[in-house]
Amino acid sequence: MSFAPKFFTTAESLVDSLDKRLLVLLRDGRKIIGVLRSYDQFANLVLQDSLERVYVGDAYGDLERGVFIIRGENVVLLGEIDEEAEDALPLRQLPFQDILEMQREESEKKARRDKLRFQLLHKQGFSVDFADNDF
Amino acid sequence: MKEAQQQKTEYYIHDALASDIQDSDAMLFYSFFKTQVGQQVTVELKNDLAIQGVVESVDQFLNIKLRDIRVVDPERYPHMLSVKNCFIRGSVVRYVQLSPATVDTALLQDAARREAQPVAAPARA
Repeated sequence: MSFAPKFFTTAESLVDSLDKRLLVLLRDGRKIIGVLRSYDQFANLVLQDSLERVYVGDAYGDLERGVFIIRGENVVLLGEIDEEAEDALPLRQLPFQDILEMQREESEKKARRDKLRFQLLHKQGFSVDFADNDF
Repeated sequence: MKEAQQQKTEYYIHDALASDIQDSDAMLFYSFFKTQVGQQVTVELKNDLAIQGVVESVDQFLNIKLRDIRVVDPERYPHMLSVKNCFIRGSVVRYVQLSPATVDTALLQDAARREAQPVAAPARA
């Protein structure tokens, strides 16, 4: 019986996505859009001309990020951006500062709602686990 | 149609077992997903995002490539609006929902039993 490492040919390949503009969803919920220049078997990625896009309500804002090297374990999915659909987005683009404002308001509102929910659940005898990391 | 599917399944399972018998790396699910290429599935991720699409390809890490995708709850995920194809890292998948018509359960059970055996045999020798 052989002890040699097995090299399975993968049907999967990101080579078709190279040099394409992709949306990368990260485990912390961030959306990075950039051109895929390189990848490896762990799905570590090198993105060029990337921007971080933040969505709030019916608007979004972009922040220039330049070259990004993303460690594969943080990647949720890669999406190929359809340029036509991009142009026809029903969302409006706002300057990043405004989006940050909106996001802060949203998270404050959410924090108040969650606090209320936790209190109600607590009265019923439930304990809510607040792991504030992934997703 | 069913026979072609069955042949495909048998081929892939045989392919997996034909490799090193002492290899306990289960390639069964990889082989199974290869038979799902071209079928429509719904992949539910650990972040609760559910994506419906046609399986384009799958790899040994069970990374899945889907084409012609449709997000199950599009309002919550506006960033997916302009995405038609995607690559999903295997480690973030919670469920893959498939159509039962595309699965030959008898064959799968058989393959699972066969995968379990070689692990038991060396212990007796």
